[in-house]
Amino acid sequence: MAIPLESPITFTNVGKIKWWQRGIFASQTGYVLLALAVLLVIMHFASPYFFTEGNMQNVAKNFSFIAIATLGVTFVIITGGIDLSVGSMMCFSAMITSMVMTELSTPGSPGAALFVHMAADGKTVLANVPGLILLVSIVAGLGVALIAGLVNGFCIAVLGLSPFVTTLGMLSIVRGLGYVVSNGRGSFPGGPDADYFYALTSGDVLGVPVPFIYLVILALAMAIVLHHTSFGRHVFALGGNEKAAELTGIPVVRVKIEVYVICALAAGLQGIIISGWLGSAPANMATSYELNVIAAAVIGGANLAGGIGGPLGAIVGCVLLEVIRNGLVLAQVSSYWQQTLVGVIIILAVLVDRIRSRMI
Amino acid sequence: MTITEAARRPVLELTGIGKEFGAIRALHGVDMQVFPGEVVGLMGDNGAGKSTLVKIIAGNFHPTHGEIRFAGSAVHFNRPVDARAVGIEVVYQDLALADNLTAAANVFLGRERKRKFGPFALLDHKAMAARTLELFGELRSETRPYDLVKQMSGGQRQAVAIARTRLSNARLVMMDEPTAAISVRQVEQVLSLIHRLKEQGVAVMLISHRMPDVFAVCDRVVVMRRGEKRADKPIHETSPEEVTALITGAKEAA
Repeated sequence: MAIPLESPITFTNVGKIKWWQRGIFASQTGYVLLALAVLLVIMHFASPYFFTEGNMQNVAKNFSFIAIATLGVTFVIITGGIDLSVGSMMCFSAMITSMVMTELSTPGSPGAALFVHMAADGKTVLANVPGLILLVSIVAGLGVALIAGLVNGFCIAVLGLSPFVTTLGMLSIVRGLGYVVSNGRGSFPGGPDADYFYALTSGDVLGVPVPFIYLVILALAMAIVLHHTSFGRHVFALGGNEKAAELTGIPVVRVKIEVYVICALAAGLQGIIISGWLGSAPANMATSYELNVIAAAVIGGANLAGGIGGPLGAIVGCVLLEVIRNGLVLAQVSSYWQQTLVGVIIILAVLVDRIRSRMI
Repeated sequence: MTITEAARRPVLELTGIGKEFGAIRALHGVDMQVFPGEVVGLMGDNGAGKSTLVKIIAGNFHPTHGEIRFAGSAVHFNRPVDARAVGIEVVYQDLALADNLTAAANVFLGRERKRKFGPFALLDHKAMAARTLELFGELRSETRPYDLVKQMSGGQRQAVAIARTRLSNARLVMMDEPTAAISVRQVEQVLSLIHRLKEQGVAVMLISHRMPDVFAVCDRVVVMRRGEKRADKPIHETSPEEVTALITGAKEAA
């Protein structure tokens, strides 16, 4: 044979890729993070109120309100799909949670006998462990999200419908169902467990808002799942080359269904948390939030063509949106400018990425 | 081929394979045998039915007629994974790589190595990278396991696709135009890899347009034309001229 096979392999022809051309430094997430840092410095000089503890808490809380759903939609975007139903899903889950909670806490209503009974003096008394009503109602809220996610996944992965159309339909279906079950009225979390509910959704631990804590935990879990499990690898492979994924034996249908379920559950959880902060779940809650969520994911570097994205990008995107919103308020700019600016930033972020990838 | 090899049972045996797509007859009555450690060149012009035949063996299509026997028993593949499970590996012409993943991730795609951390099974990046580097060493390809496939040359991509077939103990490797898009030096490497597969008793089916490659490594050449097998000859009993004539139809059969 012409070439001896035993000699060690050398890399004479192939240069090593420089550190600034790989990983986070070469990603959209990297320079959007940089832009965010610059923006924070500018804000610091523009307004003395920006870096106060209260304002930071506010910012952390506010971006957490869309960031968990953004994590979920990032999964879908990495596979090359899209989920437009997240906004409606937030509302519907929140609504079901507070309706179930109120229902189970009202003596005499169906199913409530297990949880509460009326004491002799006319007060409602818990018949069971405290927190059980809360648990059941949150499970119910996430349960409807799970079902909607399964339907999305089934239509897209098994029936082969386009993700855009399927989830656009689901957006309408879920929003409509929300109006049906509530008759267009809002619902309020009530009953003996409502205090736990508010503590778990809008309280804080040592000054850190709890939604932010959930976000950090979920983002870390997502990072591990995406980069260190075979499921995560299959999610990326699906977005990179679906045909290759199929040929190499990846269970494409199952992975697709799973990402839509994850996305729906994240949106459901997000909706429940928002309703705790609002103190109610109005029927028009989170309308058009799907656009904010997708915008945040895209600004943070998730590629709508699939194959690229991650939890850090999702969070950076959400923080950037929130800092701009917050900054415009502090700078006493009309809040109507916010939406315009968000649009400009989406296009800028994608444009810079295009220019950068041409330069390398 | 020596007598002892011929006496062994064929690893792959096709009998009367036919495939119709609606009114189009893509394949008709193909009989073929491939023995362990044999390199068979599959040649034919575009539309001759080579790709259809390969896709049937690989489990992408069901044959409309005929029977496939693999290692002595009849097999029915519903998906490519089924074919891979019995030991048939394919290097596709478009290579089936995910550009956004690293070389190691692509090599192990769909059969990742994992380590247990309590109840969780996490990817064993180190072991996969080490094994991938070993495979690239065997292929003499200057490719780093952690480099992204989208940053690679055509030859490196080919190496990744071929390395993938070396992971399992494949008994038949089919290569669809493995030398079409790579450099002269890398062609040499791919051909030497085919020799190595052969030494280990793996049967190789080489689908190629490049006559010199086929005559360099193959023991036998099968020529397809218009969906039928027109020739099946040991390589030393034929010549590039005859094969060309068979492919173009200047000579009907041999």
